[in-house]
Amino acid sequence: MNIKKTSLYQLHQENSAKFVEFAGYQMPIQYSEGIVEEHKFTRNHSGIFDVSHMGQLFIYGGEDLIKDLEKIFPLDLKNLKLNHSKYSFLMDKDAGIQDDLIITKTNEGFLIILNAACKDNDFKILKELLEEKYQMFLDENRSLIAIQGPKSSQILNDVIDGVTDLNFMTGNWFSFQDHKIYITRSGYTGEDGFEISIPNDFVDKLTRELINKGSKLIGLGARDTLRLEAGLCLYGHDLDKDKTPVEANLKWAISKERISKGDFIGSDIIIKQLNNGVSKIRVGIKPEGRIIAREKTKIFNQLNVHIGEITSGTFGPSVNGPVAMGYIENEFSKKDTKVFLEVRGKKHPANICGLPFYKKSYVKGAVK
Amino acid sequence: MSEVKYSKEHEWIKLEGDVATIGITKHATEMLGDIVFAELPEKGSNVEKDGTAGVVESTKAASDVYTPVSGEVVETNQAIVDDPSKINQDPEDSAWFFKLKIKDPSEMDTLMNKDDYDKFAKETSA
Repeated sequence: MNIKKTSLYQLHQENSAKFVEFAGYQMPIQYSEGIVEEHKFTRNHSGIFDVSHMGQLFIYGGEDLIKDLEKIFPLDLKNLKLNHSKYSFLMDKDAGIQDDLIITKTNEGFLIILNAACKDNDFKILKELLEEKYQMFLDENRSLIAIQGPKSSQILNDVIDGVTDLNFMTGNWFSFQDHKIYITRSGYTGEDGFEISIPNDFVDKLTRELINKGSKLIGLGARDTLRLEAGLCLYGHDLDKDKTPVEANLKWAISKERISKGDFIGSDIIIKQLNNGVSKIRVGIKPEGRIIAREKTKIFNQLNVHIGEITSGTFGPSVNGPVAMGYIENEFSKKDTKVFLEVRGKKHPANICGLPFYKKSYVKGAVK
Repeated sequence: MSEVKYSKEHEWIKLEGDVATIGITKHATEMLGDIVFAELPEKGSNVEKDGTAGVVESTKAASDVYTPVSGEVVETNQAIVDDPSKINQDPEDSAWFFKLKIKDPSEMDTLMNKDDYDKFAKETSA
């Protein structure tokens, strides 16, 4: 298989990017300043992330499409307002998570942002479930960039007037030099920010303008430390087919109205788990010292019984210490429970904690 | 003046009398990226040539630190444990890792000089 490049490849090279292969794409893991500086720059100023490898699925349709999508997603799409977004999942019949996603209601239907490694399979599944009744396509002609951090709204507004009017988890069409771009106020860092869907031919130009206004390119390495500090899940690590949204502690994303009816894929299991509880659940874990407990690290209780496993763990530059999340037997999931993490053969103390590790600064009401 | 020698695992070693100071090379820190954690051997412990004698971690991954010669650990550099970013800033001087009372001076002969190491580092990272 050929490794794909995004439309910003040239710009990444000019900025001395170190590349890694990710989901079949050549993606920048970091630039010359390194992950820690890039992370801090995003928290304090503004960072631009090339996330063009992610899937942009457009589905066109009206009332029928809403009804059909409600059979798939645990969302109240009927009452979702135009240009509003929701976090959700594509589940199998056992409520196992096949992907996590953001779905936005547009004037023509829906836009769904999918994980790069899952997008082709998601498309196949959705096409089958929707019985090819609707026009739908994974748009390869559009790039996706995110601009995140406290200075981002001013920087982006200087280039595209009006974006500061957007509230968190809403979007709209804007124009950049007469080209239609769709912008949502959202992201994956815990900071205020935007995601911009733009035709491939113009993404390089827009990104250079944002850099000229003071934003900087940030690699996937810092994207990972930022999202983990913000307590956000990474598919393939914190979420997969063997975990349900209830186990993942994401029941807030499931519509209460839809649970009462229970007619979506995986609803039997979801309802059962909501009523009876789950045996394992996702929690935040804070090691006591500086030791970093990475993915697959085993978790033990005080009696040395194996009770869980880390699914993401790294050093959090803004927390200035190690951070992790993982799945643990429910009875040990209470905040401040002491656990032990086995790293290189030794057990290190840690505590179960609430998420996020770093306070989110989303903009709920538009500020001018 | 004592000569600094280098290992294929990207450690440097400087011998003064029978005490060797050991750290990781600038090239190693550039490959690792931002170092955020360091673990050192225990003072008083004995380490064997090419055995593990510590760990460094970047935000991305953990890597073992090896000792290029055998000996007894007589001193460790707590400053790099307290602030691992010092390793990126000054790897071949103030951010040394540990000092050994060496067992067998002839082990030094198996190591590279600066020119050979620079060549080795360039070839292996290409």
